[in-house]
Amino acid sequence: MAIKDYLRERFFPHLWCSGCGHGIVLNSLLRALADLGMSKNEIVMVSGIGCSSRISGYVDFHTLHTIHGRALAFATGVKLSRPELNLLVPMGDGDALAIGGNHFIHAARRNIDLTAIVMNNRIYGMTGGQYSPLSGQGIMATTAPYSNIDYDFDTVELAKAAGATFVARSTTYHTQQMTKMFRQAILHEGFAMVEILSQCPTYFGRKNRAGSAIDMMESYKENTTPIGSKSKMENPDLIERGIFVQKEVPEYCNEYDKIIEKAMKGR
Amino acid sequence: MNENIKFVQGNEACVEGALFAGLDFFAGYPITPSTEIAELLSIRLPQRGGKFIQMEDEIASMCAIIGASLTGSKVMTATSGPGFSLMQEALGYAIMAEIPCVIVNVQRGGPSTGIPTRVSQGDVNQARWGTHGDHAIVAITASNHQDVFETTVEAFNISETYRTPVILLYDEVIGHMRERLIVPKEGEVPSVKRLKTSVREGVDYHPYLPREDGRLPMSDFGGVHRYNVTGLFHDMWGFPSDNPKVVHDLLRHLVDKIHNNVNQITKYKSYYLDDAECILISYGSAARSALHVVDYLRPRGEKIGLLELQTLWPFPHSLISEKCRKAKYVIVVEMNMGQILKEVRIAVEEPEKIFLANRIDGVFITPMDIRNIMRLIQGKGV
Amino acid sequence: MAKPKLKEHIINSEWCKGCGICVHFCPKNVLEMDDEDSALAARPTDCICCKLCEIRCPDLAIEVILEKETE
Repeated sequence: MAIKDYLRERFFPHLWCSGCGHGIVLNSLLRALADLGMSKNEIVMVSGIGCSSRISGYVDFHTLHTIHGRALAFATGVKLSRPELNLLVPMGDGDALAIGGNHFIHAARRNIDLTAIVMNNRIYGMTGGQYSPLSGQGIMATTAPYSNIDYDFDTVELAKAAGATFVARSTTYHTQQMTKMFRQAILHEGFAMVEILSQCPTYFGRKNRAGSAIDMMESYKENTTPIGSKSKMENPDLIERGIFVQKEVPEYCNEYDKIIEKAMKGR
Repeated sequence: MNENIKFVQGNEACVEGALFAGLDFFAGYPITPSTEIAELLSIRLPQRGGKFIQMEDEIASMCAIIGASLTGSKVMTATSGPGFSLMQEALGYAIMAEIPCVIVNVQRGGPSTGIPTRVSQGDVNQARWGTHGDHAIVAITASNHQDVFETTVEAFNISETYRTPVILLYDEVIGHMRERLIVPKEGEVPSVKRLKTSVREGVDYHPYLPREDGRLPMSDFGGVHRYNVTGLFHDMWGFPSDNPKVVHDLLRHLVDKIHNNVNQITKYKSYYLDDAECILISYGSAARSALHVVDYLRPRGEKIGLLELQTLWPFPHSLISEKCRKAKYVIVVEMNMGQILKEVRIAVEEPEKIFLANRIDGVFITPMDIRNIMRLIQGKGV
Repeated sequence: MAKPKLKEHIINSEWCKGCGICVHFCPKNVLEMDDEDSALAARPTDCICCKLCEIRCPDLAIEVILEKETE
């Protein structure tokens, strides 16, 4: 398997639960990198804290496992310092949008060239099933024993509003689409955000009677639809999949190079 | 006129020192009274191909410099009280992951928003224990702009030598006061380069296995060695471990690499200590007033001296103990409620001879303030 | 383009956590779970080499090897 070269096989089997969607995200991401023929030395993966963050330990790149919510801030430092490197920033939903929400919108606003991946399982898994800003109303969680009253973010809308120049969403059921999206996101010059709906059968599934990992993946098939599809018009509750934004806007590191040019002339 | 002679703020002297030391990357967030450092570096860094970024907050600033440091850049951030509080978690990360970086805290009055435009030295203990868990830290300071310059260079040198964050604990008076600075020529002040590994491609590189001399050669992100960096306890390759021996040995290493080198790290200045019966111990801007008192009273026959600390952490207990042995009085002059006083009491054999001369009202402590307190201590009345 | 021909399924039972995703989503019902809750290619001759099992495996434990690939 071509992707095995990207793995730190000595740490397998990984620590994620049986059926966890995060393994599928890892699988698809590595396929995208293999398709692009990327060399390991040019990739830096920066992760935060939580189940999602453990992904960086399993890949044979330059890996930076940081603190909760701050992966994008660390990644900004790496990227601006060495713009020739390719930055992958996988995050969980709580990681990216609760504690890390500020860094998320500001990295998007700057249009710094990196690939942010939100592995959205709508729950805090590592700490045992508390609600996240993506859980949404009516969800049961260990900190919402009477059901959650918090509204959830729409990650795609948030990224769009914050100025992300590539915004996409898929699910762990739609692996081929996911792999293709990762390829496009990595090639995109600017801030790329890919949200992947990723099942947590252990906590989200059990607390919300969503069934097994298989049932949850079936529900991704049932409850999502390609952007602008006819079925979305018939059923507005369907979640759209696809690329929502893909536009060319001057990238942050390139713009800073122009500042350097200006500053050097002005001396 | 020599263009290396400048009339500058302390914040500017700090910038000159950082650039002299080879600063490549600065991330920061505006906050009084440190903002001039960010402003000046936004001009100066790109002029030499360096990078400046204003982040969304101090947390992000601290994280960004850690990321940049891993690519081989010399990095710094600058802040003040509230911002320094926000940086504490990432500061701990830099300690754990052994990332060289320099954090400037131009102290103002706290707690909370406190008194932003006024002086304080209230963050001394926060610098020591602000981040959670057992750890060692280096915090250094200075009392005049020539020393600010050299101390800033020294901060980079220590951070590279020991692979550790170093805190530059200046204060509002130092930051904003203007005085003369002579910028040294290249080579006049030693500057430590990043120690890079000589391990070749394809050979197992251990980012966290100290050499015999205790130093840890680094490999830049983007280079031929791919390894893991984490805030978890980790093995010599940087991979997480909860093996009790790994945890114990790493914590010991993190603390010992600083505390076993107290003598190498410690910098101080002494004035008339040989025969001093009354010793003032001070640091930062407060030491300026303390020195003034000494310079005033010496010609008038008082056996008074000054020990000016430049290294606050690791605290030089044995230095204090030795210098104060013969003194009748030891008076700690600082602008807080006695944060260094407590350490001095631990260091000196007769703690009853130690007194505090302080101000905690946002007003700079003057020589007259110190002399008034000395008269009280000596039973002469004010 | 020639039709891909299966050589074998390599299933790493050390890595497989037995979630059953591969078995459930296989369009040709090639796979099943063995007694130890690890995936097993029970009917390899039915395999159409779509590799959906390999791509969807959260444990990265399945590899569908084609004849062509080994040549």
